[in-house]
Amino acid sequence: MKFIYQTWWKVLAVVIILYTLIAGFLLGVPVMPILHETIRNTYFHVPMWIAMFTVFTISVFYSIKYLQTGKEEYDLIAVESTNTGIFFFVLGLITGMMWAKYTWGEFWSNDPKQNSAAIAFLLYCAYAVLRNSIDEEQKRAKISAIYNIFAFPIMIVLIMVLPRMTDSLHPGNGGNPAFGRLDMDNRMRIVLYPAFIAWSLIAVWIATLRYRIRLIENKRNSIN
Amino acid sequence: MKRSIALLIFLLSFVTAFAQQPQAVEMADALRSSGKIYVVIATIVIIFIGLAIYLFTIDRRLKKIEKEK
Repeated sequence: MKFIYQTWWKVLAVVIILYTLIAGFLLGVPVMPILHETIRNTYFHVPMWIAMFTVFTISVFYSIKYLQTGKEEYDLIAVESTNTGIFFFVLGLITGMMWAKYTWGEFWSNDPKQNSAAIAFLLYCAYAVLRNSIDEEQKRAKISAIYNIFAFPIMIVLIMVLPRMTDSLHPGNGGNPAFGRLDMDNRMRIVLYPAFIAWSLIAVWIATLRYRIRLIENKRNSIN
Repeated sequence: MKRSIALLIFLLSFVTAFAQQPQAVEMADALRSSGKIYVVIATIVIIFIGLAIYLFTIDRRLKKIEKEK
């Protein structure tokens, strides 16, 4: 856990994101009809989701560990990772809606990917509501850990599996190329993959900051 | 035999089909050639550095509080 107090990976994440901001606009991109320059949105919209997946994975991992050990810190990690994940979820949805307006024609076209992502978002909002409804700490931690363990695979299926099985406008779903050989090249990949790592690290950083605040509040409120 | 020739000729009718015109896709080459793209980059870099400084200050305040405790 010493990792969360160190600075090097935070500086690294900031530097890599600055690189993606600059290279993302200066480097060349594939020229595609309908997309035009918005293809550069890939460098920002997709990493929001990757960061969300990273932080939700950490959350469910610590939910499982809480159920195994009962250590209260694990529950705090789980809840703060989920809160950060919800924040990146919202960013991903909003950036996606804006991109859709100028490429698909509407902010919300009831596309299977959009609808599924909205349902998964409600699923995780329900986690937050559930936590708020239980006062006793151990009961709250146990019940929300169990809920988290169910919510995570359902979210994965809703966002990654279901849209691929039906017609969708979203890249990678419904028969569209998933930014592969046809519409992505290595000039984009050298910006995209570092962006995945850097934004995931930023999400982890925000989650660790929230967790550390929780730890202090916890210590302050505890009797011993 | 006549049917095969007719089929072949009808199959070759694709040569007259030109539904998709090769069109130029407009990109932001004007912004790039005029150097104004650097304004865009400077804007987002400033915004992001501001957010990063904010996160770093929160991190430092937390470290101070944790050290006292």
